[in-house]
Amino acid sequence: MKSLLPVLTVVGAILLFWIVSVVPMNMHLTADQAQRQDIAVTPDTPAARQEYSGIGLALRNTHLFGMTYTLERPRLPSPHQVAVEMWDTIALKKITSRRSLVYHGWVTLSATLLGFAIGTGLGILLAVGIVYNRAMDMSVMPWAIASQTIPILALAPMIIVMLGSIGIQGLFPKAVISAYLSFFPVVVGMVKGLRSPDGMQLDLLRTYYASPSQAFWKLRLPASVPYLFASLKIGISASLVGAIVAELPTGARAGFGARMLVGDQYGQPMVTWAALFAAAITAAALVGLFSLIERWTLRRMGMQAA
Amino acid sequence: MTGTALISALAVWGVGWFVNSRLANSVMAKNRLVKLLVPAIFGLTLLIMWELLVRMLEISPVILPPPTMIADRFASELPTLWADFEQTIIKGAMTGYIIGMIAAFAVAILADRSAFLTRGILPVGSFMAALPIVGTAPIFVRWLGSDWQSKAAVVAVMVFFPILVNTVAGLRDTTPMQRDLMRTYGAGYWPTLFKLRLPAAMPFIFNGLKIATTLALIGAIVAEFFGSPTVGMGFRISTSVGQLALDMVWAEIVVAALAGSAFYGLMAWIEGRVTFWHPSQRK
Repeated sequence: MKSLLPVLTVVGAILLFWIVSVVPMNMHLTADQAQRQDIAVTPDTPAARQEYSGIGLALRNTHLFGMTYTLERPRLPSPHQVAVEMWDTIALKKITSRRSLVYHGWVTLSATLLGFAIGTGLGILLAVGIVYNRAMDMSVMPWAIASQTIPILALAPMIIVMLGSIGIQGLFPKAVISAYLSFFPVVVGMVKGLRSPDGMQLDLLRTYYASPSQAFWKLRLPASVPYLFASLKIGISASLVGAIVAELPTGARAGFGARMLVGDQYGQPMVTWAALFAAAITAAALVGLFSLIERWTLRRMGMQAA
Repeated sequence: MTGTALISALAVWGVGWFVNSRLANSVMAKNRLVKLLVPAIFGLTLLIMWELLVRMLEISPVILPPPTMIADRFASELPTLWADFEQTIIKGAMTGYIIGMIAAFAVAILADRSAFLTRGILPVGSFMAALPIVGTAPIFVRWLGSDWQSKAAVVAVMVFFPILVNTVAGLRDTTPMQRDLMRTYGAGYWPTLFKLRLPAAMPFIFNGLKIATTLALIGAIVAEFFGSPTVGMGFRISTSVGQLALDMVWAEIVVAALAGSAFYGLMAWIEGRVTFWHPSQRK
């Protein structure tokens, strides 16, 4: 709670910077529009205005400040414009409508969650294999680490075309990319977690004459839970990025990525901004949800949340 | 036909796995050469299986080109690949990475001067680091044009938050005892910063810098999906996918993989040089 005020201050500063930036960013557009409405603008020709920077032009036309916040197609929309657009497309549209952000959000979210579930499941299985099999450890682990250095998203368009050409379209190809992105954080985190019990603890179990499977279920798996949650929080936001990027290069019709692309291509900046913020809120909600589950689980297990 | 293909692929897998498990469980497993050899054999096994399955099952190269075809394409398109590499990695990703890094350091040092700001910036920064910031790409492309400047801006924003969060966290990573010692030496803010706190923060800072290497490449490539001149890795990938020239796409992916690994390796090498004193660097 004691960081509430500092956080609000930082958020406030960012908002203030944004609001102030709106004026110079939009000034050239505003000046053009004002001239069409016969409002006096200094300098009065578009060519002469190009000589000035946004800030310089703003200082010469202080009477136009208000107009910069109400442009229909601004270069930088003001926060309230984005908020209004989001309210319109989230709350006021039917969720089945193609213009509803809830609809688009669900398209992206379903791919994210399916991919995340696949990626996490496979990641845990592979991690168990790596911990219990030396050959697997030595051959797979270096590749798992190396794959972290590869911009995996470069694969996205190709996977979608590949799966598309054998007749698989829609949700699944996007989920594959989400799965790919959430896979490796989980592998690396789980391997670390399953190995976190030290020699003394393992020896203790041996003196209890515990079988290897008992050692796994009673010691290694519980010990890996904090590591698993840390990985899950990275993995879910990576999954969402994967699903969004998977929608970009293939001309998907629905989803956050598709909205961003549509907004860009048809010159509707507000659509892009609303999609961007909706994606951010979705990511934040997902990570927040996992933090809650983490806290609850760890408390039930008698552990401290990291 | 399908049967023989599967059987021969499984045979290759079996041989590779047999060699690897013998090597991994032998007394030589601690040997450096063996540590390199095992993953190399694993990678090679996968490549041979890929080649075998694609050739024997006669999978169309439009779906999955065999590795030899990709290697061919790679060799014959070197000038194009080099031009794309220069545009996307050197101009877009590297410029953005350096701008983002400098901005993050500056903000971190400013924020560090007040405990109030540090408490505010850490949560906001880690929140921003988890957001899909690639979404800013269309906005920056619209503002800064389709050339590399807009890609550098996307990359700078993407790498900013992970580096910022890690630097701020690192700057707090000194014990009160160490800071008191500096005070008894009569060291002011700046000497303490440069002689104690920045060096102590280096493991954290490099952690952020290493995470940011991948993000930089992703940002530069994805931003090109939103508009680019007729050169660049993202441009080449999206147009080659459109032409179903998947061998070219794979060649670009090889370039991306090599560049990503080299970039990460470079940061890890510098890290080893700078933080040689840290326990994690002990051999």
